[in-house]
Amino acid sequence: MKKTDTGITKWLLIGISFLFIFVMLVLPLFTVITEAFRNGWAAYQEAVTDEYTVKATLLTLEATFFAVLFNTIFGLFAAWAVTKFRFRGKKILTTLIDIPVTVSPIIAGLIFVLTFGRQSAIYPILQKMDIDIVFAVPGIVLATIFVTFPFISRELIPVLEAQGTDEEEAAALMGEKWSGIFRKITFPHIKWAFLYGIVLCTARAMGEFGAVSVLSGHLRGKTNTLPLHVEILFNEFKYVPAFAVSSILVLIAIVILVIRSMIEYIGKRNGEDVR
Amino acid sequence: MYVELRDINKSFGNFKASDQVSFGIEKGSFIGLLGPSGSGKTTILRMIAGLETPDSGEILINGKVVNDIHPSKRGIGFVFQNYALFRYMTVYDNIAFGLKVQKADRKYIKERVAELISLIGLNGLEKRYPSQLSGGQRQRVAFARAIAPNPQLLLLDEPFAAIDAKVRQELRTWLRETITKLGITSIFVTHDQDEAIEVADKIIITNKGRVEQIGTPAEVYRDPQTAFTASFFGRTSFLTDYRKFKSFADMENVEQAIVRPEFVKVAKLDENIVYRASASEGIVLQTAFRGNTTELTIEVNGSTIYAHRGLNHPEIKVGEKVNVFLYRIFVTSENKAYLLENKTLSDNSVYI
Ligand SMILES: Nc1ncnc2c1ncn2[C@@H]1O[C@H](COP(=O)(O)OP(=O)(O)O)[C@@H](O)[C@H]1O
Ligand SMILES: [Mg+2]
Repeated sequence: MKKTDTGITKWLLIGISFLFIFVMLVLPLFTVITEAFRNGWAAYQEAVTDEYTVKATLLTLEATFFAVLFNTIFGLFAAWAVTKFRFRGKKILTTLIDIPVTVSPIIAGLIFVLTFGRQSAIYPILQKMDIDIVFAVPGIVLATIFVTFPFISRELIPVLEAQGTDEEEAAALMGEKWSGIFRKITFPHIKWAFLYGIVLCTARAMGEFGAVSVLSGHLRGKTNTLPLHVEILFNEFKYVPAFAVSSILVLIAIVILVIRSMIEYIGKRNGEDVR
Repeated sequence: MYVELRDINKSFGNFKASDQVSFGIEKGSFIGLLGPSGSGKTTILRMIAGLETPDSGEILINGKVVNDIHPSKRGIGFVFQNYALFRYMTVYDNIAFGLKVQKADRKYIKERVAELISLIGLNGLEKRYPSQLSGGQRQRVAFARAIAPNPQLLLLDEPFAAIDAKVRQELRTWLRETITKLGITSIFVTHDQDEAIEVADKIIITNKGRVEQIGTPAEVYRDPQTAFTASFFGRTSFLTDYRKFKSFADMENVEQAIVRPEFVKVAKLDENIVYRASASEGIVLQTAFRGNTTELTIEVNGSTIYAHRGLNHPEIKVGEKVNVFLYRIFVTSENKAYLLENKTLSDNSVYI
């Protein structure tokens, strides 16, 4: 690599990367913002504070919160189980974890409709217990959880695998309880991957469209998430509101990235090995 | 017996990692568990520690069956092959870990860690992280961490494998002396014959999940009982047909005939040797300077054997014809090893 350090290759690669990022990322972002403000601040404000927009924002945050919460817990347990223990069915478990990324979200949505909808065998039971899933908030949360399911465990598994089990064994031999082992030994090792997984999971959960679209039924003010709301506005040719609502998603994404950078900055300042 | 294993079996899938393993260890002794890689040494160590469960058989420590006792209650210190130091903790915290878990008195922990740090000669490096230490220093920290809670039994898995040759020699002498001084019963795993012979009180030789032989270094070296042990030590060579060499007893069903360099006398054709009548003529294929001796590779009676020649004898060159006399050989039959002395040695008439 040394040879290309000052050569044309280096600048060519850097140039292409920048151009690509500019065209694919910066330009669209810029467009979103300019379009959102095309009719001035007042129009923007109106679109953003619209009753349905606020409800959609709250629903998106709710679905995201539950998805991240559930997948954090599940992802940790699954990654821990897969890397620290030997058991039958381990291969099946690792494969299953990956299913959500390989199945199209639309299909995932349909699966849930079939599983919990009117034609399903468990529908009567759900009805008796007064639980609505399809075309209701639980369905949206469920779909979001499903789609973002692998994000945290997938980040953790390679890190845990690379670490092996020796340190945990050494601690267990000295009588440390599993909770202590996790807190003192495993967690310090995985925390940056963990943080990164949470960020990815959050971003993906907020933006989820396909599966949620199938399960939501598009009831405005009830089961509309931000991405769905954007679509509806767009289909109704309300471009300024559509872009204004999009800008909310952009804003939340930026806030998350800033929080992540801040945590990493603090980590680095404490001399930790942030990747 | 302080530690005793009785008929231990352990399989991983259909691979037999331990096959009827039985042995006993006396209190205060320093035991080498020696065998080639994959022979099941680590598995044995991990079962004693309780990190693996045997499929059948009993493990006793201090007269008590410990099969169902939690690893942390067995009074064992364990030094892992790659040390498994806690990488996010300082040297101090690593060594203090076991004591903190036991909720030992704060002042005691401080004193004990300080004592161990000076024992391992790492004064001033308490605040370093494992990644900031050399291999030898890490090894010492792993050792200190294992003995900090005063275990009755210390298990070390290939403690020197990851250390470069120069430091290794020094470190094993240090470890041997330190353990003797502390008087902890210890078992260390190694695949290095020289290492086991040099430091162990007793050697347990493992092969393919079985215990081949147990004895002092001198016993297992001089008096191998099985085919595996006979060929395991030193630079051995095999004879295609030992009967072509003169003056050895004839045995039935011999499978292998094994020669160690020290069993071989090599002389130039014009040199006088005592047992000339029983020597065979060979040709030198290779010579290699080994510092205090020269190693010769010789083709004789259709076999290729290794021999040593002292530097104060006249030099032998590649391609030279030489006289080869074998003092003794090991022969094996049905996995048992037998020593065959050259009959010339006991036959007085030859001296005339
Ligand atoms: N956890 C395990 N799962 C499957 N096979 C194992 C496991 N541990 C050890 N083995 C197998 O058992 C054999 C003996 O291993 P080990 O005890 O580590 O040998 P050694 O320490 O003598 O090199 C090896 O072939 C290894 O592949
Ligand atoms: Mg091993």
